[in-house]
Amino acid sequence: MADIADRGAFATAAGQIRRGIFGSKTEAGAAGGKATLTWAVHLSVALLVFLWLFPTVGLFVSSFRTADQIASTGWWKALFPAEQNLTIRAAAPETQIEQDGMFVIEGNLFEDGAEAEISVWGISSRAIGAFEPGQTAELRRGGTITVQADGAYRMENADAFEGSRGQRVFVTATTPPEFTLGNYDTVLGKDVARNLIIYAVAALIFFFVLRFIFRTNESPIAGVIPGAGGLVLFVALALVFGLSSGAVEGAQTTDDMAGAFFSTLTVTIPSTIIPIVIAAFAAYALAWMDFPGRALLIAAVVALLVVPLQLALIPLLKLHLGIGIGKGYLGVWLAHTGFGLPLAIYLLRNYMVGLPRDIIECAKVDGATDFQIFVRIILPLSFPALASFAIFQFLWTWNDLLVAKVFLIDATGETTVMTNAIVELLGTRGGNWEILATAAFVSIAVPLLVFFAMQKYLVRGLLAGSVK
Amino acid sequence: MHPALQGLLTIVIGVGGCVGYFYFSNQILDRVIFPARGTNAGRNINRANMVRPWLFLFPAIFALGLYLAYPVFETLRLSVTDRDLGGAFVGFDNYTQMFGEAKFWEALRNNMLWLLIVPAAATGFGLLAAQLTDRISWGNLAKSLIFMPMAISFVGAAVIWKLVYDTRPVEQDQIGVLNAIWLAFEPGFASTLILKLGPVAILACLVVAALSVIGWVVGTIPRMATDFGDWFGSGLKVAVIAVLIGSIGYLMTQMLNIVRWTPPYGEPQTWLTLGLWNNFFLMVVLIWIQTGFAMVILSAALRGIPEETVEAAIVDGANPFQIFFKIKVPQIMGTIVVVWTTITLVVLKIFDIVFAMTNGQWETQVLANYMYDKLFRSFDWGVGSASAMIIMLLVTPILVWNVRNARKEMR
Repeated sequence: MADIADRGAFATAAGQIRRGIFGSKTEAGAAGGKATLTWAVHLSVALLVFLWLFPTVGLFVSSFRTADQIASTGWWKALFPAEQNLTIRAAAPETQIEQDGMFVIEGNLFEDGAEAEISVWGISSRAIGAFEPGQTAELRRGGTITVQADGAYRMENADAFEGSRGQRVFVTATTPPEFTLGNYDTVLGKDVARNLIIYAVAALIFFFVLRFIFRTNESPIAGVIPGAGGLVLFVALALVFGLSSGAVEGAQTTDDMAGAFFSTLTVTIPSTIIPIVIAAFAAYALAWMDFPGRALLIAAVVALLVVPLQLALIPLLKLHLGIGIGKGYLGVWLAHTGFGLPLAIYLLRNYMVGLPRDIIECAKVDGATDFQIFVRIILPLSFPALASFAIFQFLWTWNDLLVAKVFLIDATGETTVMTNAIVELLGTRGGNWEILATAAFVSIAVPLLVFFAMQKYLVRGLLAGSVK
Repeated sequence: MHPALQGLLTIVIGVGGCVGYFYFSNQILDRVIFPARGTNAGRNINRANMVRPWLFLFPAIFALGLYLAYPVFETLRLSVTDRDLGGAFVGFDNYTQMFGEAKFWEALRNNMLWLLIVPAAATGFGLLAAQLTDRISWGNLAKSLIFMPMAISFVGAAVIWKLVYDTRPVEQDQIGVLNAIWLAFEPGFASTLILKLGPVAILACLVVAALSVIGWVVGTIPRMATDFGDWFGSGLKVAVIAVLIGSIGYLMTQMLNIVRWTPPYGEPQTWLTLGLWNNFFLMVVLIWIQTGFAMVILSAALRGIPEETVEAAIVDGANPFQIFFKIKVPQIMGTIVVVWTTITLVVLKIFDIVFAMTNGQWETQVLANYMYDKLFRSFDWGVGSASAMIIMLLVTPILVWNVRNARKEMR
């Protein structure tokens, strides 16, 4: 989540709100009966959603188009059959055969399987629409050519065709929408996208089967089994059958993006888990232990929430270089841990304060130590808050560019993260939209998945106080 | 070692280390230092309980201090020293040098533009979306979709919007939506209506809004005086009024410019190099991302409004617009302010979008990117730190306000 760059802010905002979660509530009577107003509302919301979705859909659609298609038409036309002006060469003269004393070249202008319909065609760039399908044109260097609507052509000549290259034909053709996984092969490695889709479908089916089997079982474990089973099957399939069947020839980006994907994962997971552990203990102390200076510490955490991390770059880089950590994974894990802590402490403390006092006091009377209370009671009860923070931190570390650039990526450039790889692509291959769009979509696919799967916790985290 | 393995090891060591630390430090405290037996058992338990919070807090305080508090002071120190002179104290030389650079003032001006427009637009759209989606059956789906850009990184958003702003030569088909729409305009009445009257009307609305906010701020002086109670509140008010008057003047001149402007019909525009305007095209990206955030928070706030107030207004014959502006908005004013300041904080630190889309060229520099340039391209740590301090200075009012609010809430 990009704007958790300002994570502090979430928390402060959250602190102000005490009620409400996603969910729709029709306003009794406010618009009562006014059909036109209701329609206006529906239309405005539809327009808003359309505007907000349109740019992302553009990227998504573009990632499934070939470089030529992207460069020749806008992506919004890709969804419909499009009329295109194409320049195609017929087969070279060396393929000619002799038939009844005539030299003949036959073939189809469109590559195998492409369904296109030619409306007009020509053999000169000055008159690209001179002929109808089925008509025959006289070639300048002798002979004739006939082109059919489906792209089949036949060139005939009394003498042999000469030259090394085939005849140029200009066609105006209506081509149906065409999509390809080729870009994903280039960016991730051959067949990776196809395999991922197959495994995901298999895992999803398995998930629904398991859910069906366990539909009547109400134990908490049964609730987790379908999700876990699907995930395990997915990972197992990927491990057993593998993902990639080699790189695409001539693709420069393959290693970079697949490598960057795993680097990003390597940066993200420890940076998400470690701050949670540290913050949970601190939040418990701030919420349920009485000691002098507690209020001051809470105020300090709130203040640190908004300190721009830009201030920390140089001093910490100096520190890391000075104590020998240097630039690398360890440095970036530590930095993310430090920067994530204020929000973690704030969110968790706010949540823990709201837990019922009785439980904790009962446990104390029964002789439980603070450590036991924390591990056995507070931690399990705080699961929703832990999940919210984990999602924030995951999205923020996954989407981060600045911290990775400063603390991770060294001069050799061997370790890079996806955001940085994309920025570099923007610089070096700013015009190669098929690569850019695909790389960008790969990098945003994981956050989007997390977002849609865990939206409940995300919103709950935003409204941190809502549980009270 | 393979990085993934290293990562796994780090998780184990990090998590295990933390849990081990908490467990064993508690054990040592209870068994060795202050054992709860013998003659001093009672006193020892009390002592142990006095020390324990600090055991729980120590790792967090250490990390916060090292990674957030210490850098503030270290940056302050760096900003008044010179690296090339071996870290000698140079007073305000770095600041003077920075104030002499045109690029710095450009960055500051752009940051102010961002600051005026992005929070207002994102909060406005968010409020609109929250209010509208609350009343329809498929509101949840709509909310999810508007909220979605929040999950997308600034860099991903930059790529998405670069495609929207893409430019092709005039003889080719445009692949950027904005240019495709632009080329659909032809000289004529309809185009004039949309391209001139539309923007002028929007700017006029903004002027009216600014005037009414000035009126509101002036009107609340007595109340604000007790709320804030001191120089902080008064200073803030004066600053707000000054900024608003300045922006009204600016809006007026822009309205005049638009009326005089002859649109270059039929020419594809390179949107990101169009001096000054390109800033707005970059802002759109952040507004697109932040609207979802504003919508979610404001939607919850709207739902928190007591039903009775709305019902009473309906009984009194208020129309939907009156209900919204006179009943609902005043009740969620606190939340609106919080959302506004939250987005303001994001804007002050905005870096990735500018870095990925224009890298501060064509007059789109912002403070955070200026700082990055200074630190990691020209390796001028003094000036870089000085500009970081400027960002800190701009954040400080919000920091103070947040701490005050938090303290008020705790009481």
